[in-house]
Amino acid sequence: MIKKLVSVFSHGPLHLVIIFVALIWILPSVGLLITSFRSSADVAASGWWTVFEHPFNFTRYTLENYQEVILKIGIGRAFLNTLLITIPATIIPILIASFAAYAFAWMEFPGRRFLFVILVGLLVVPLQMTMIPVLRIFNKLGIAGTFPGIWFAHTGYGLPLIIYLLYNFISGLPSELFDSSSIDGATPFQIFTRMVIPLSLPALASVTIFQFLWVWNDLLIALVYLGGTPAVAPLTVRISALVGSYGQDWELLTAAAFVSMALPLVLFLGLQRYFVKGILAGSVKG
Amino acid sequence: MIHTKKITPWLYISPAAFLLFFFLVYPSINTVYISFFNYNSEIFIGIKNYLYCFTNEIMLSSFRNNALWVILFVPLTVSLGLIIAVLADRVKYESMVKSIIFMPMAISFVGAGVIWKFVYAYRPVSAAQTGILNAVRSFFQLEPLPWLIIRPWLNNFCLVMVGVWIWTGFCMVILSASYKGIPHELLEAARVDGATEFKIFWKIILPLMKPTVAVVATTMTINVLKVFDIVYVMTNGNFNTEVVANRMYKEMFIFRNYGRASAIAVILLMLIIPMIIINIQRFREQEAIR
Repeated sequence: MIKKLVSVFSHGPLHLVIIFVALIWILPSVGLLITSFRSSADVAASGWWTVFEHPFNFTRYTLENYQEVILKIGIGRAFLNTLLITIPATIIPILIASFAAYAFAWMEFPGRRFLFVILVGLLVVPLQMTMIPVLRIFNKLGIAGTFPGIWFAHTGYGLPLIIYLLYNFISGLPSELFDSSSIDGATPFQIFTRMVIPLSLPALASVTIFQFLWVWNDLLIALVYLGGTPAVAPLTVRISALVGSYGQDWELLTAAAFVSMALPLVLFLGLQRYFVKGILAGSVKG
Repeated sequence: MIHTKKITPWLYISPAAFLLFFFLVYPSINTVYISFFNYNSEIFIGIKNYLYCFTNEIMLSSFRNNALWVILFVPLTVSLGLIIAVLADRVKYESMVKSIIFMPMAISFVGAGVIWKFVYAYRPVSAAQTGILNAVRSFFQLEPLPWLIIRPWLNNFCLVMVGVWIWTGFCMVILSASYKGIPHELLEAARVDGATEFKIFWKIILPLMKPTVAVVATTMTINVLKVFDIVYVMTNGNFNTEVVANRMYKEMFIFRNYGRASAIAVILLMLIIPMIIINIQRFREQEAIR
């Protein structure tokens, strides 16, 4: 008992520092969440922290801000657009990348090493280097400002990292697996669908979360290839425009921002394990 | 390796190879080419676009701000990530603390921009302060500050802190994994020999983690050179907060000068190339171990 007390006492500063840092990290988001449920009059009159004086006075909270941003300011439409962009832009590159990663890991072909070194170099090419030529081609093809255009753009830009991460995993599968199944007369495609894909599910889960969050949260690619037309603009583009036009209406801005954050946060909290695995595979091994 | 027909591997990589060529390889080469042309790529003008980049006042201030971002952001994210990783390892609620620090990674930079613009919100002395930073200042009888307007140091620093808030969790996750890989007996032995925790950190932990710290620092440098969203949302480069990537976007979409925009992109690439070389070298070393 005394020993425990002594340890708590001597570790006091440690706990204080950690809790202080954690508080600083979470306070801004708490402020956003609370503000999004307050009336515009309250938001203009006092800080969000004043709700803690009477935290259970529910007459002070309202859903009006959400109603307004979703139905009147077009955040509902933008949410739908973000979904319509994100789902194909996650599935297509992962499909294409798994074939390529499998070939790089287990097939012999001339130039294999050379091509892979190029791929590693492409990992860090800034997207700015590619935008003008791609946009010109998109304009010629008439797919600038359309969903298929941005699906392909996200596919092209996502491929290096996805192939790289999947390659790291697939090349680490035990080689006996491939020897024996080749002898049994399985085709490379059968090996791919019956063994490589099922065994790579953890890695596939990691890259899916990565790519999903990356596309969901992207602003630059959407600005360049989609533009701000309400019919196609995703949440990030709409909200950054709102920051300009509704600059002081914090109750609306915070509600809109929270709409954009809710799904990624749920995914993140639920699947954090895979997310962390993906990060570790990408940076420590690489 | 599995046995395949000669053509099979090409069938598997060709969709990826085609898209990589179409979206990354060809456009990059093309961008270098059009950076030597005028705004609509019709007239060859030599290095005029580059001369513009290195003489124009706003461009120079963008370079200065990017340098400021690198100097502040990289050491802050890496050292904070390391300190939190090491400290959180000693408490029972480690996973909760780490989730909190890591959470901003799930949020878009746009969302983070709104969150922090609200933290920095400013109103005249007569009104109630609704931004928490200025509320703290008025609590201590200090005048509220327009954080994002006071140039050039305070506002840029405030923007950098948003980046630090987002990326520290990323650094922490990688550094924490590396820290937990250090054999426990090693640290215990040092403690038995009477080394202070501080000394253990500097003489044992840090040297062992050096390769990982280097990897994280490189990644952060690449990230920060490309910083765009935070500035675009929070100040759009006004009040001396312009950065290179935002400048490139403006030249491209507002001034429609594709020559200048391309030159800026090429300069951005030049700044990142040392990092690309480090990346490829690391890959080669890793392949050699395999």
